[in-house]
Amino acid sequence: MENGKNFVVGIFDDEDILLKGIKSVRQAGVKIHEVYSPFPVHGIEDALGYNRSRLSIVAFLFGLTGTSLALIMQIGMMGVDWPMIIGGKDHIALPAFIPVTFELTVLLAAFGMVGTFLVISNLKPWAKPVQFDIRSTDDKHVMAIDLGKNKIDRAAIESALKASGASEVNEKNFD
Amino acid sequence: MHAESILRKPLVTGGKTVHDVSEDICKRVEDAPPMSWLLAIAVSLGVFTIGAYAVWRTLWDGIGMWGLNKTVGWAWDITNFVWWVGIGHAGTLISAILLLFRQRWRMSINRAAEAMTIFAVICAAMFPVLHMGRPWLGFYWALPLPNTFGSLWVNFNSPLLWDVFAISTYFSVSLVFWYIGLIPDFATIRDRATNKVSKAIYGALSFGWDGAAKTWSRYETVALVLAGLATPLVLSVHTIVSFDFATSVIPGWHTTIFPPYFVAGAIFSGFAMVLTLLLITRKVYKLEDYITIQHIELMNIVIIITGSIVGVAYITELFIAWYSGVEAEQYAFLNRVSGPYWWAYWSMMTCNVISPQLFWVKKIRTNLTATFIITIIVNIGMWFERFVIIVTSLHRDYLPSSWAMFYPSWADVGVYLFTFGLFFTAYLLFSKFFPVINMAEVKSIIKSTGEKIKA
Repeated sequence: MENGKNFVVGIFDDEDILLKGIKSVRQAGVKIHEVYSPFPVHGIEDALGYNRSRLSIVAFLFGLTGTSLALIMQIGMMGVDWPMIIGGKDHIALPAFIPVTFELTVLLAAFGMVGTFLVISNLKPWAKPVQFDIRSTDDKHVMAIDLGKNKIDRAAIESALKASGASEVNEKNFD
Repeated sequence: MHAESILRKPLVTGGKTVHDVSEDICKRVEDAPPMSWLLAIAVSLGVFTIGAYAVWRTLWDGIGMWGLNKTVGWAWDITNFVWWVGIGHAGTLISAILLLFRQRWRMSINRAAEAMTIFAVICAAMFPVLHMGRPWLGFYWALPLPNTFGSLWVNFNSPLLWDVFAISTYFSVSLVFWYIGLIPDFATIRDRATNKVSKAIYGALSFGWDGAAKTWSRYETVALVLAGLATPLVLSVHTIVSFDFATSVIPGWHTTIFPPYFVAGAIFSGFAMVLTLLLITRKVYKLEDYITIQHIELMNIVIIITGSIVGVAYITELFIAWYSGVEAEQYAFLNRVSGPYWWAYWSMMTCNVISPQLFWVKKIRTNLTATFIITIIVNIGMWFERFVIIVTSLHRDYLPSSWAMFYPSWADVGVYLFTFGLFFTAYLLFSKFFPVINMAEVKSIIKSTGEKIKA
């Protein structure tokens, strides 16, 4: 079977059953494609074996860019390009440059991180969501298992899902 | 899993299930607007239109339409600006600082509070933009762009320029924070939508959100880092606004107490405005199970604390004016207390220092009518605070021969009304077309703090 076409879909009603379910399904040797939830479930990253997101590092790097750009801009404009004495201060009056430096650090860190998040998660106004069950934005947790990526046969996967507490087991096929 | 004391009161009452949350909140978006909403938006659009005439005259005839004079060159415009910016502090405080402190009672109030923040900052921005007289040149004057004056840049030593950066950063980061939170809820509305138009609109707004665990994991990191960035940001904004005054040499302004005093005042008035709006929203939308008496009580406690900080700051200012031995400083405060604007000073003292102290009584802070009235009084008081600081310091400064009084013109009042119309129109549109409660976050606490598990 091909990848990304035929899925077995397990529906879970409760986040605690879901967390236990993920563990037992994975122990049964089934590879989970993804789990879709209406709200963030604590501990689901660990259960699925995902790494911690590195977006905070992205934010730090963008913030650092903001700090440097702000300082370069202010020192360049006030100290190099057109020096003027204002209020008897030095041309490069560093303490007075801190507020703008701070604001630009926050601005770049926030926008850089959110922008990266939207790009890597493929979130954009014209994106079509991949939905295995429409109730995953209401109250159900939806576990999708790609048959193409699993060596185990469908019946074994379905019984593993049922044994792990899924309230329904459906199938979903994409053409 | 999160463990919580059985003694804590549930944050969501009425035995709601996860599905009930979608049902209760989305229904308001899907249903036709109620009569009360239509009436309210008609009134606020009316106020907006009347105010727009004052804005038009201000732009067409110039700033001379305002009641400013040679002595008092800053009055209603900056009073209103600081007042609106202050109100715009509660939203980000609730969503960012309370997120860092893991206060889960923020979850059902943060969406509306953040919306209010954004609209309040837009209203605030109207005043500096309009006072330029020719706002279409505003970008050119306020931003460090290459220009035809040689390369004479904007002055980075000026707190007014810091304000440009602070307010625009605050506005855009708050907007992003708010929107990121809205995406999963838009997806819920998209998946419930029955007609094509709303499916397409909410589909675009939801950015193709599917709720994958990987995305949620990133989303939570983003929310946490944004909260970490927004916390110092929200504190910096009113600090910088207070620098507009504190770095000058006007008696009554030139004080180091201003930054913390302004920040406390901002949180104070912001929480009051959030409560005023939420009490109405809660009643009209029947959200009593989500915004419980406990939520209202906790917000009232924040009002007592920040109100007391503001009270202490007022008294400290008086003491330091006397203790400094500077004659001009002493006169400025004597003039505030007993000069021609004594009524403004004592209105401020009564509204801001005395009225919030009533919340020490549990019966008052859990009473909806009392809360509603006191929160409005608090915001009247906070308006007077800014008026007192600005006008009483300016109208009698170092040179007695130039002493004068300030009287607002009809255009001053009109522009203020314009921002009210803008604010309420925006809030009403938000409360009709956007989910007023953060569904995804509330759903995540249904199990651990809902009533069922504690019953």
